Amino acid sequence: MYKKDIYTILSNEPLTPAVYRMVLEGDTQYLTRSGQFVNIELEGKYLRRPISVSDYDANTITIIYKVVGRGTEQMRTMGAGNKLDILTGLGNGFNTENDAKSPLLVGGGVGVPPLYNLCKRLLSEGKHPTVVLGFNTREEIFYLEEFKALGVDVYCSTADGSEGTRGFVTDAIRENGIQYDYLYTCGPLPMLKALYDNTECDGEYSFEERMGCGFGACMGCTCKTKYGNKRICKDGPVLKRDEIVW
Amino acid sequence: MVKHFDTSVELCGVKLTNPVIPASGTFGFGREFADFYDLDCLGAISFKGTTRDARFGNPTPRIAECTSGLINSVGLQNPGIDKVISEELPHLREIFHNPIIANISGFSLEEYEECCAKIDKEEQVEIIEVNVSCPNVHNGGMSFGTQPESAAEVTRRVKAVTTKPVFIKLSPNVTDIVAIAKACEEAGADGICLINTLLGMRIDTMRRKPVIANKMGGFSGDAIFPVAVRMVYQVANACKIPVMGCGGVSSASDVIEMMMAGATAVQVGAANLKNPYAAKEIIEALPKEMERLGIERLSDIIGIVK
Repeated sequence: MYKKDIYTILSNEPLTPAVYRMVLEGDTQYLTRSGQFVNIELEGKYLRRPISVSDYDANTITIIYKVVGRGTEQMRTMGAGNKLDILTGLGNGFNTENDAKSPLLVGGGVGVPPLYNLCKRLLSEGKHPTVVLGFNTREEIFYLEEFKALGVDVYCSTADGSEGTRGFVTDAIRENGIQYDYLYTCGPLPMLKALYDNTECDGEYSFEERMGCGFGACMGCTCKTKYGNKRICKDGPVLKRDEIVW
Repeated sequence: MVKHFDTSVELCGVKLTNPVIPASGTFGFGREFADFYDLDCLGAISFKGTTRDARFGNPTPRIAECTSGLINSVGLQNPGIDKVISEELPHLREIFHNPIIANISGFSLEEYEECCAKIDKEEQVEIIEVNVSCPNVHNGGMSFGTQPESAAEVTRRVKAVTTKPVFIKLSPNVTDIVAIAKACEEAGADGICLINTLLGMRIDTMRRKPVIANKMGGFSGDAIFPVAVRMVYQVANACKIPVMGCGGVSSASDVIEMMMAGATAVQVGAANLKNPYAAKEIIEALPKEMERLGIERLSDIIGIVK
């Protein structure tokens, strides 16, 4: 189920020059899984902005977003106390009801945020997640310390080698000989594809697409899967490995 | 005493408790919106454009945001007429008890004929809306709606195989909307629905490429409202058959303006995508807007502007 409500901004601060973290206060009961998203109405913008939920608790939602256009630029300038009209509880999210004991979480760039709540959830379920985060360069790194603070092994890759393994997340996984029995990942399409090609391990992949409504009505974000057409916003954004058609 | 405001209208003998109808393509088959509110507040629902065969539609990205609107290039994604009849229609009937409008599209006269004949047999359907105006598919859709002769031919063929009221949904991407509407009326159409989306395009200036994979798409939203009002006005004044107005409607005030231009019922499209409660909120705001404007019976103002 979904909820449309007014949320109050508690904080909105930069994590890197382009990436911001916003904490919102309001009803969170319609968020049931890690990897779901919210759709934010912005004044003067016709469509809402879909942003993944990084973390949530009984009355706050944390989102982490990159300033990439006019909408996110508008969000960047909003301070504590401002109110936002938000649709919440959107998307299927990651499923943790499986037998995996040592899942691997791989995030690339702004694909990192939804893995934070997932990591907390997996830990609370007694599992032993390992985290690999990929960025272009050291200046773009965020949440490395936050993941470490959860007490999990965290590895990092940067395309320019300025931090961690030089190259991509797949290089970091190989270089560190990481063993895992399930994969959860969110990030740019080439990263998802590279991961898919580099492992036989079962897992879940979170995809991105330009959306109209965000709740399954407009068919703007449909993709093909092995089990028929799926809407990234409603039937996704998380697809199981065995249904993905590249 | 609380004043009673009569919002009911009648479309070709089909009674609607109010004139507000979610437009085809913005409301699916109702499922997603039923999670937000009780659909029975709606005057009617026009379901997702349906073709003979299941269609995936166009490649993504299919959506581009614009000032006061959006461009879509969905390309008539739908499960096909048989599945619509066997799965979607029964489900829609369960969650919605007011008139259902079946939106039918096609790529050939035979396809229009076949689909309309099939849907005509479904007692859950009250009105058939024939889409000859989809800008997102080649060799079909809009190509039938941009010439009076071909629009009339689709109308004749569909009317010959149906018993329910048939509305022809027209494209604004034409030079003479009145000629096309009149041709449909003369060919036996029971009503006209207009407007479908305006053909539009956006370019990603950073990538130097069109935003939409299919390059162009249908522009809808608040921005097209004046175009819709103008065309509804022109057609309502030229034709005797009722008009369903559509295009950029996002408030009770817009509904009344569209009705004053000549619309008997008013469809709400893109607004549903921005605010899933849009149609419900518009209906709830109607009595207050009627009071403000001194309207007791909505049907009194249809085409009142000359």
